[in-house]
Amino acid sequence: MMSTVFSLNGTKVAFDGDPDMPLLWYLRDHAGLTGTKYGCGIAACGACTVHVDGSAARSCVLPMQSLAGKNISTIENLGANGLHAVQRAWIEEDVPQCGYCQAGQLMAAADLLKRVPVPSDSDIATISNLCRCGTYPRIRKAIHRAAAMLREEADA
Amino acid sequence: MSTLSRRAFMQLSATALGGLVFNVGFPARAKAFADRVQGPWVFVRIDPDQPIVIGARGAEIGQGVKTSLPMLIAEELDVGWPQVKVEQLPYALIPAETEAGIAAKYGPQGAGGSTSIPDGFEELRQVGAKLRRVLMQAAAERWQTPIEALSTRDGRVLHADGREIAYAQLAARAAELPISEDPVALKSAKDFRIIGKATRVADAEDIVTGRATFGIDARVDGALVAMIARCPYFEGDIESLDGRAALAVPGVRHVVRIPRPDPDKGLVTNLAAGVAVVADDTWSAKKGRDALKVTWKRGPWSGDSSAALEQKALRALDDPGSSFDDARSDGDFAAARASAARVIEADYFMPFLAHCTMEPQNAFIDLREDSALLIASMQSPGGASRMINAMTGINRLNIDIRMPRAGGGFGRRLENDFVAEAVHIAKAIGKPLRLIWTREDDMQNDWYRPSGVHRLAATLDENGALTGWSHRAAASDRRFRLPDFADASSWIACLDPDAFPAGCIANYQAEFMPLEFGLARGWWRGPLPSFTAFAIQSFVDEIAAAAGQDPLAFRLKLLGEAREMPYSDHGGPTIHTGRLAGVLKRAANEIGYGINTLPEGHGIGMAVHFVFGGYTAHAMQVSVREGRVRVHRCVCVTDVGQVVNPLGVEAQMMGATIDGLSTALNLQITVHDGKIEQGNFPDYPLLRMADAPDVEVHILHTEFAPSGAGEMGIPTVAPALTNAIFAASGKRIRRLPIGNQLQS
Repeated sequence: MMSTVFSLNGTKVAFDGDPDMPLLWYLRDHAGLTGTKYGCGIAACGACTVHVDGSAARSCVLPMQSLAGKNISTIENLGANGLHAVQRAWIEEDVPQCGYCQAGQLMAAADLLKRVPVPSDSDIATISNLCRCGTYPRIRKAIHRAAAMLREEADA
Repeated sequence: MSTLSRRAFMQLSATALGGLVFNVGFPARAKAFADRVQGPWVFVRIDPDQPIVIGARGAEIGQGVKTSLPMLIAEELDVGWPQVKVEQLPYALIPAETEAGIAAKYGPQGAGGSTSIPDGFEELRQVGAKLRRVLMQAAAERWQTPIEALSTRDGRVLHADGREIAYAQLAARAAELPISEDPVALKSAKDFRIIGKATRVADAEDIVTGRATFGIDARVDGALVAMIARCPYFEGDIESLDGRAALAVPGVRHVVRIPRPDPDKGLVTNLAAGVAVVADDTWSAKKGRDALKVTWKRGPWSGDSSAALEQKALRALDDPGSSFDDARSDGDFAAARASAARVIEADYFMPFLAHCTMEPQNAFIDLREDSALLIASMQSPGGASRMINAMTGINRLNIDIRMPRAGGGFGRRLENDFVAEAVHIAKAIGKPLRLIWTREDDMQNDWYRPSGVHRLAATLDENGALTGWSHRAAASDRRFRLPDFADASSWIACLDPDAFPAGCIANYQAEFMPLEFGLARGWWRGPLPSFTAFAIQSFVDEIAAAAGQDPLAFRLKLLGEAREMPYSDHGGPTIHTGRLAGVLKRAANEIGYGINTLPEGHGIGMAVHFVFGGYTAHAMQVSVREGRVRVHRCVCVTDVGQVVNPLGVEAQMMGATIDGLSTALNLQITVHDGKIEQGNFPDYPLLRMADAPDVEVHILHTEFAPSGAGEMGIPTVAPALTNAIFAASGKRIRRLPIGNQLQS
């Protein structure tokens, strides 16, 4: 069997298990990266959101065989060189309640801010990740705050 | 050296670093201090050049107790919150002179009924205060000065003459001193420096970096992964099983039958018969489960449907010969009805609900000959301990239970059926394992919020004055399947006989009829008020409209003078009409009710309710266009007495409001042919960002004793929303969820 070779949080890895295994279960069971969460298995909730080649993707429906040559980045890598603006804004706005969906929310938010540096509420509303605790109002504030932080950092 | 107190075991010990650890065992009749499941856990640790460690005893399910409970200790210890590092305590038991021979070492550790703060408010402050006292004694000794000359601030003892010393420098000596056996003086509220101050989630950085671990993240070397195919019919069973194809899936190690619950004993362990597939990893377990060839026996309830339950409820309510249980009767409603100038009547329909925690149920378990380790997301770790003991005979003192963060609770994790399943499997295979549920498993194997019909009737005299109120409800029965509640009233969590307007109307009756139904029934966030406030607060609005009165003025007049009245259910023993009026008036004021000119097509609705010792009102401004309601403003006002963490209370109110909107708009579980019809989020559409309004939260700062806050923000959401819909459109919603009812 051919190995699937890809980059995970900046490190080259090879996978030669079941090619149908979703990336989520590889991350959680084999790579020891449990920050990416399982919520639905059908890409409906976003708890498993990671970045594939820099864009947000729902890892519960991404088979390992589709990842050859891709760059995968998880929540564990988002703040690897100091907390990302969304992570700092999340803390400052006191967003998490149970916290379970927040890794996915943060990965989706970081992706949004890369595409839309000054997002409106409507732009933020395109994030369809579920939060059962109802932290949406604080997420909205935190994304605006993170956008402002990133603008300040760019100006500095 | 150690010092033990009669009232609570309080033990000071020196540390190798020259500091101290302070450990506490709360049970009054404890016989020993140490639990047999030993570990590094402490209530407080003070070491030189280290953060001050404070243990968090409660189950953290998103309600914020991992922050708010340690705040209580930190306040009286008089340390600065930034100096504190919070560490989660495990569930621990110690020998005690109780019937069971044991008691919970750290005091209450479960999460249910919004009780963590009221339970801990005195107890945990005493922990901090007693330790502070010992540190002051050590300073007094060092300086040869009376303790009265000393004060404390931010982890330092201060002398009136200007000298000061850090707690850490006093810790080694303090570890040798006796702890006060009697309660020591606590700060008065005006001196609080942490309690009442906005405090962020203690482990927020762990959460946003993915380091925080939940039950599902338990990783122990060598643990296998289990998934279960469960019988979809209530009390059904395995008819035939061929596990060969599953065992042929690479990585699959075992196929295990899970017995169905014993119908004669009710639901004391797992919910359903099933077949577990145990494998090296989650994906293999899932593929193995998919490969099972299993057929199911339908069981005695397989004809059940939610539609038939509703018809049964309506028949019971319609039939004059029905025998309802009498929950409360003041005056003579029948006489009021006979002499009424006008009778108003309405039915309100409540659906079954699932809890749908973001983290599906799961459990890691390692069963040994005479000990066990459980790691799981729970609300009732004590229940899990009893469950493991009952199923294995292992001494509860040897059952080590870890309490990672739980990815939501909402009442689902008060049950420990997933622990029972893990125990069944572990007993069969003799190896440690982690059981994981899929979303579909979770939605279809829940302990559902009951479903039923409320029938409200009001009598008016010729002047339009309200003379009588009748609340009759028929809903799925609590007695079936919950043996622990065999002695509870039949209407528990379905009828609130002492809630407003009880005591405000001369002729008042509340009656209930339980209906047999196969579905397992559980506790869903604010179980009783969430089930009843919609009917009560909608009907008050309907009466006001029928009597041609303003709905706010009508409610305030009905509440009457500020007074306390008896309240027999959870959150009692009294209910305060002044506090109800207080939150209601503030909500009306904040939204500009009767002040602001509303745009064409907009309407304001409000609702107020007593919830487990707290008081909350919602006011919403909405419009209805093209069959959809839009929330333009949403105000939530709460009075939970003394506030410990305003940022946390605000979060709970915001979150509960969103939860309430989500539920009122779109959520229901339906049963057809004895099976749950929903399976995953597309069938149970939780609110998303695009439809989530901002929530304007206002916390009243009152001097009443603290209630909790986790459940206070949800019961009034649905009636405030539907009352606003009525104000905006004239359309009265009497059935939840609202769904597409506005399209007709």
